[in-house]
Amino acid sequence: MLYREAGQFKTSYSADQALLPIAQDRIGLLFILVVAFIALPMFASDFFISSIMIPFLVFSLAAIGLNILMGYAGQLSLGTGAFMGVGAYSCYKITSLFPDLNILLVLFLSGFFSAGIGVVFGLPSLRIKGLYLAITTLAAQFFLEWCFIRIGWLYNYNDSGAIEVPQRMLFGLAITGPHATPVTRYLVILTIVSVMTLIAANVLRGRIGRSWMMIRDMDIAAELMGIRPLFSKLSAFAFSSYYCGVAGALMVFFWLGSAEVESFDINHSFLIMFMVIIGGMGSLTGCFMGAAFIWVLPVILRAIPPAFELNILAATMEHVSSIITGVLIIFFLIVEPHGLARLWRVGKEKLRTWPFPYAT
Amino acid sequence: MESFSAALDLFFLSPFREMTALPDLLLQVIWEGFVSGILYALIALGFVLIYKASAVFNFAQGIMVVFAALVLVSLFDLGVPAWLALILTIGVMGILALSIERLVLRKLVNQHEAILLMATIGLTLVLKGAGQLVFGGEPKSMITEELGLSTGSSDWEVFDGIVIFQHIDIAAAVIAIIMVAALALFFSRTRIGRALRAVADDHQAALSVGISLNQIWAIVWFASGIVALVTGIMWGARSDVSFALEIIALKALAVLILGGFTSVPGAIVGGLIVGIGEKLFEVYWGPIFGGGVEAWFAYVLALIFLLFRPQGMFGERHIERI
Amino acid sequence: MKQHKNLKKLGCCAIALAAFAVGMPVAQAEDTLFMPSLTYRTGPFAGGGIPFADGYADYFNMLNERDGGIGGAKIVVEECETAYNTQKGVECYEATKDKGALAYSPLSTGITLALIPKAAVDEIPIFSMGYGLSAAAIGEKFPWTFVYPTTYWNQMSSILKYIDANGGVKDKKIGFIYLDVGYGKEPLPLLENLSESMGFELAKYPIGGKEMQNQSAQWLNVRKDRPDWMVMWGWGAMNPTAVKEAAKIRYPLDRFIGNWWSGSHNDLRAVGASGKGYLAANFSGIGQDFPAVQDILTHVVDKGNSKVASRDDVGNVLYNRGMFNAVVLAEAITVAQAKTGKAAITGADMRDALENINLDEARLKELGLEGFTGAIKGSCADHEGAGSVFMQQWTGDDWEKVTDLIEPMNDTVRPLLEEAAEKYVSDKPDWAAQSCG
Repeated sequence: MLYREAGQFKTSYSADQALLPIAQDRIGLLFILVVAFIALPMFASDFFISSIMIPFLVFSLAAIGLNILMGYAGQLSLGTGAFMGVGAYSCYKITSLFPDLNILLVLFLSGFFSAGIGVVFGLPSLRIKGLYLAITTLAAQFFLEWCFIRIGWLYNYNDSGAIEVPQRMLFGLAITGPHATPVTRYLVILTIVSVMTLIAANVLRGRIGRSWMMIRDMDIAAELMGIRPLFSKLSAFAFSSYYCGVAGALMVFFWLGSAEVESFDINHSFLIMFMVIIGGMGSLTGCFMGAAFIWVLPVILRAIPPAFELNILAATMEHVSSIITGVLIIFFLIVEPHGLARLWRVGKEKLRTWPFPYAT
Repeated sequence: MESFSAALDLFFLSPFREMTALPDLLLQVIWEGFVSGILYALIALGFVLIYKASAVFNFAQGIMVVFAALVLVSLFDLGVPAWLALILTIGVMGILALSIERLVLRKLVNQHEAILLMATIGLTLVLKGAGQLVFGGEPKSMITEELGLSTGSSDWEVFDGIVIFQHIDIAAAVIAIIMVAALALFFSRTRIGRALRAVADDHQAALSVGISLNQIWAIVWFASGIVALVTGIMWGARSDVSFALEIIALKALAVLILGGFTSVPGAIVGGLIVGIGEKLFEVYWGPIFGGGVEAWFAYVLALIFLLFRPQGMFGERHIERI
Repeated sequence: MKQHKNLKKLGCCAIALAAFAVGMPVAQAEDTLFMPSLTYRTGPFAGGGIPFADGYADYFNMLNERDGGIGGAKIVVEECETAYNTQKGVECYEATKDKGALAYSPLSTGITLALIPKAAVDEIPIFSMGYGLSAAAIGEKFPWTFVYPTTYWNQMSSILKYIDANGGVKDKKIGFIYLDVGYGKEPLPLLENLSESMGFELAKYPIGGKEMQNQSAQWLNVRKDRPDWMVMWGWGAMNPTAVKEAAKIRYPLDRFIGNWWSGSHNDLRAVGASGKGYLAANFSGIGQDFPAVQDILTHVVDKGNSKVASRDDVGNVLYNRGMFNAVVLAEAITVAQAKTGKAAITGADMRDALENINLDEARLKELGLEGFTGAIKGSCADHEGAGSVFMQQWTGDDWEKVTDLIEPMNDTVRPLLEEAAEKYVSDKPDWAAQSCG
């Protein structure tokens, strides 16, 4: 009843090919954007914004990057953490070499370094795939981690090997560094993530995105149809690494304020992969859902004992949340391998015919 | 030009000069590499067992190693005598194998291999959390002496120096070789072994000739659990039992690339290549790079290998190449 | 139908989330002293984090039981698990800072480095007792960070003094094996500087964070290089593995010195008799033979209010270290209460108190810690105290103090610290420094 398309006529091709053809979808998205841009900064607490929303957005962007590679192009990758690191360190180097350059421009540029490294480590994908490719991305992960520690130039020879984010201004407001307020940082990240999601949605619908999906489904048939596997696969790696790199730079500059190598280790690669799996491979909304799920779940679990006056150790809650995450991953893989996104899509289908059980 | 030849000398000549300058050290390095290679091979063996029989890449093998060792040590700490603790641990690993088969694998029959891989990654999380919850997060010492393994060392005077052999390393090598031989025989000679290989080829075809998938999988996960226990004992005896072992288990993936995913002798040979190669590279080339190259050497070696021989040295040529 | 149930679950989750969005309820009574405890009882370094956290919490709980708190205000210790992870550490900080947190002791150099700029803006002092950023010793540049009783750089100088007194340092080869993270790399600039001025050769052996249990290659390098002395900056599983490997290659363990985080009971118990002779630096007392520790046993442990696994763990090196962390903070609270005349103090009051702290021999005796450690006196310019360390040696089943307090080479080190502090603030144009009259 709520979701019926009756009465919505398309009178031009462009209207028919719109990203969100159904009006209810457009209204829904507008509502979400209004809440995100206006309501949350006004009403939400600082803790919610800085420890829940900001990480959620950063990880969603990284999940989009990985989803492009895993879900749309079908290339298994365990090097996400390292690619995020490349983006973060290149952003740091560029901004320390050119302190007057607008930080957003620096962010934009740093993704290209990450994309370049992604292409280099994606070259093996031309000969191998599946699990074997995953292991070569492990090589990328560990090698780049070692580089982050060993190459002192990357962190300006700081004694402890960590990078401290310098303060950068935009329109007279501090947006990075300790003086930047959570709301400012949140709005910057939100804008960047929204724009990049829009770009990703359009690229995925376009020729390149379709070629990725063709390679994923049946690469030999795709090649026979004229898709050049070299270009397709490497462009998937490049695009995906660009997103991961920007996500990494956002993580360091707008969320943590400083970083060491541990911020980009293999556990992060796994974390983002879990988000993609649970959210649903091959779906952009899935990225957001997966990121929300994996990030917010432990926070909620940690808040339960105090709320119910149970005296459980914080350490125990960590273990329990690890167990629950693992169980949920297995559960989702058994019940719905396409993740939360598929559940959402099924829900929307049900809404189209509600309150009737089926459409006549 | 001078610095170029100096760089060449640094990379290609001086490590070899160092090797020949202290031959007893070279032998020691090779021995250390051999031992760690055996241990990597043991972990890889667990992977191979499960992959050979069910085409599932058990990412949780590393955590099973830690888990098995922790169960053993905790039982001993509770006062159970060592031999009984060993038997009980085997029992626990058996129960674990059965429950994994029933709760996870049965529901994922015939799914894409990536899905199964991710299910085992989820399993890793569960075991890690449960392990830390039940056993606590601190490292524990392995009960080496109580299990009858000697902890002394012997010297061998050679080349004006000495090579030191730890007895526990010798024991590890011997046990590993016995285990590999037993497994190789098992796969090629027994009825269950053949059934395992049939299941590895095609689940549905195996079902159609009357092989009970559930039984086979339970058996193979149980066998893998025993391998995990032995690995855990050996690793734990050399350095303590802690959850840090789980990341070292990732190196076994590189071993599998070299040896092939489905070959038991391949796991051993691959393990030795990775182990010895890693140690030599770290000791003789490591200082040039500032150290710590062990972290990535195995993977880069696997990467280079993959570009030329994707199925590994002994594996079957199942890989689709473009 | 299954999908309906799942949809309902989703809906419930969404509502619950919305409830969090509008803010987490914070209940707080009047007149309490909120001491957050950033612990790591999980993860690869739990072996060190657990006894430290226990000692820290137990001392405060003892004060609550024995004295009714400090100045009549009860101390509330809230633990937040970081697993030695910087991200989680920052999250714990953000979650607890608005509850009236009086000081943070993250027990992790990585987390400390991340928090130093933030705490300065939020006006909460960071007490990184003998870890963190050595340059924070310079009070003018780091008004909100304190490093009592001494920094890594000064500790290293004390260790070098010990080596010098036991065979000389000039023309010797000193090997430095360290965890390849911020913590381990921290003293490198000082070592490189002193290797030139004191005339010794430095050999570096980094151990990656994930390779802690796989050190055999590095120790083979040690065997190849044959350094006269080895110094270790290790933590967690790295420590016992290193000592075992050193014993394996027959390195003389009485020439192997660990820093004060590499010499704990947990670490060496795992090694046992084969670690006999290994030396470590320390600044806090060992054992239960102090009235304050006895009070903890009586008022907290024996009443079952402590998280220690066994009564014998009280008095361990790391337990006493954590307890001492609490002692200094409790002393600061006392001083702050005296200065402001109120029981409920703020972070800024704590900062002033920490700058004026004076834990001399007499005061230590009053607190029940006679002979526990050297005196600590802070000032506006000196956030370090330039304290001394003593050497302890592993006998095979316990630690034994083998030297008196060794003073650091502060005259040499202080200028270097000032340079480092200058370098730290040089690229931060709006860094809030202070001037010390």
